[in-house]
Amino acid sequence: MIAALGLILRRELRLALRQAGESATVVLFFILAALLFPLGVGPSPATLARIAPGVLWATALLAAMLSFERLFQPDFEDGSLEQLALSPAPLEGLVLAKALAHWLTAAAPLIVAAPVLGVMLNLPAEGFVPLIAGMALGTPAISLIGAVGAALTLGARRGGVLLALLVIPLVIPVLIFGAAAVEAAIGGFPVRAHLTALGGISLGALVLGPWAAGAALRQALAE
Amino acid sequence: MIQRLANPARFNRLAGRTMPWLAWGAALCIGAALWLALAVSPADYQQGEAVRIMYVHVPAAWMALVAYAFVALASAGGLVWKHPLAHVAAQAAAPVGAAFTFLCLVTGSLWGKPMWGTWWVWDARLTSVLVLFFLYLGFIALTAAFDEPQRGERAAAILALVGVVNVPVIKFSVDWWNTLHQPASVMKMSGPAIHPSMLWPLLLMALGFTLYFGAVVLVRMKALLLARRARAMAMAQVHRAAPAAAEPGSAHG
Amino acid sequence: MARFGGDGLECARGERLVFAGLGFDVGPGDALLLEGRNGSGKTSLLRLMAGLARPAAGRIAWDGADIGDDAEGHRARTRYIGHLDAVKPQLSVIENLSFWAALHGGGAAGAQAGLTAFGLDTLARAPARYLSAGQRRRLALARLAAAPAALWLMDEPTIALDRASIAALIAAIAAHRATGGMAVIATNVDIGLDGARLLSLEDFAVADGP
Repeated sequence: MIAALGLILRRELRLALRQAGESATVVLFFILAALLFPLGVGPSPATLARIAPGVLWATALLAAMLSFERLFQPDFEDGSLEQLALSPAPLEGLVLAKALAHWLTAAAPLIVAAPVLGVMLNLPAEGFVPLIAGMALGTPAISLIGAVGAALTLGARRGGVLLALLVIPLVIPVLIFGAAAVEAAIGGFPVRAHLTALGGISLGALVLGPWAAGAALRQALAE
Repeated sequence: MIQRLANPARFNRLAGRTMPWLAWGAALCIGAALWLALAVSPADYQQGEAVRIMYVHVPAAWMALVAYAFVALASAGGLVWKHPLAHVAAQAAAPVGAAFTFLCLVTGSLWGKPMWGTWWVWDARLTSVLVLFFLYLGFIALTAAFDEPQRGERAAAILALVGVVNVPVIKFSVDWWNTLHQPASVMKMSGPAIHPSMLWPLLLMALGFTLYFGAVVLVRMKALLLARRARAMAMAQVHRAAPAAAEPGSAHG
Repeated sequence: MARFGGDGLECARGERLVFAGLGFDVGPGDALLLEGRNGSGKTSLLRLMAGLARPAAGRIAWDGADIGDDAEGHRARTRYIGHLDAVKPQLSVIENLSFWAALHGGGAAGAQAGLTAFGLDTLARAPARYLSAGQRRRLALARLAAAPAALWLMDEPTIALDRASIAALIAAIAAHRATGGMAVIATNVDIGLDGARLLSLEDFAVADGP
């Protein structure tokens, strides 16, 4: 089974590489959305430094919303998903492999782009390490919760918008702890508790996500 | 044979018998509670007359949670035990729960204006109720998003169960967030000993809301079952129109 | 000897019963053709057989054991060719096939065998994006030959195929049956299989009525 999951992961990464433009679009959206804020609230460095942690986290989440639809939708439409469902790997494993591939191709680029944007938004120096650490710990939960949303909305009308509507309330805790970690570091407070919470949420998502997404995929394929 | 999926006849009988009791009970309780709340109970020495909003606001908040628990339980019943009426019950209850959540938000906002001088504060309670409202909307939207209603109700049921696990996490994180950002004013409910003249209308209103919830859910379940039958009949017509299925005597029951 | 059978099968699509009381029995070397008008439930029955969906009533069993109880075992012995070809345009022909071959334990040799069986050797390196509908269908069918499986389920496999490719498919099915394999094929075209049995879904259609 592990071998099967490795195969699926390799295929996902190869496909993502062949259409690297899609990953790039997500990052570009992240950058553009974050750059709207200086234009909206003004270029005052103090104001930007104050809002930077929240802006970075919120826009990263919004950018991630754009990437969930390609998790299962293309495979669902071209028949690959039913073939994968009939492969030796259980659907829960498939979800794990897909979420990991999503994390590598969509979340990791966001983590790389975040510090660059942090510089542009005048994020105080103490904030960078907790920003990156928090994203590394929190984005697995984003990928997994997104996988649940993507599986639930397979074949739905207006799937993309609906997906965001379902997923955004569920990822609010990640936003809260992620931004709080950066703010705590800037304020000179310990960040450990926030990061632990992020890791805990990711672990919880690791347990619940594959189960829920697997059940949703089963429903989608049974029709 | 279409009714194989559910036995609406028995349900309809049962619902028809209990519905009037629930409805009248709700009307009586809510009426009595309103009278107690508006006329009998004293004004708060700090908050003045505005405190009376509490008698709607607090039971509405309770109902928002009770209804969500009901939706989740019914969803679990539909997914795990495949009870034919369970998904219908969840679907029927969700908009009612959303309405209570909305009522809670609106009354909270109305209460906030005289108390805090603003329509909205990012108080932990209001914020988590707002998120709960969006969870309800997600459930309702997902139910309606598929051409195949069965798929919609099952997908929504999975979402409801995911939400049940997530709601405490959201609540916890919002509380945390709120203590970090120390709001301008913190609302404190009157201490542990709430005066009976305030407790009674509160409890009566909660009971009335619960009965109202039961009555509306029953009515909505009946309506959903009828809609389902109408859909099945329309579908059957399409398939009768197909040449091979045009055998005589296909219309029975 | 293995047997694949079902009885009392009922399939509901939405609130409509598609068929009821359906039974079938397939033994080693058998081919079963599913026939019926559009909407009679051929695809639904194949998906039930594959384990992608559960019947509303009745059971499907392999050697007497419900396939739902041993989902993993059933997946391992089943190849399903659906309406959709499951071909990724971004990958080359051999990349497409190698993935499925490896997933089902056929390896590189299996992928090569699949290419050869359906005349795709010369196209191996071509991007799947450039394939015609018939070539894509052949690539989908090549999965059958890429790794051995006891049960082949096919939904209108001949769609878009030219005569030579249909002959290749018939040859592949014959070879499969000769080694004790089973095949269930939903089709409205007479593809001329020796000794195939017929199951007409019309016989199990449910009269619609409110």
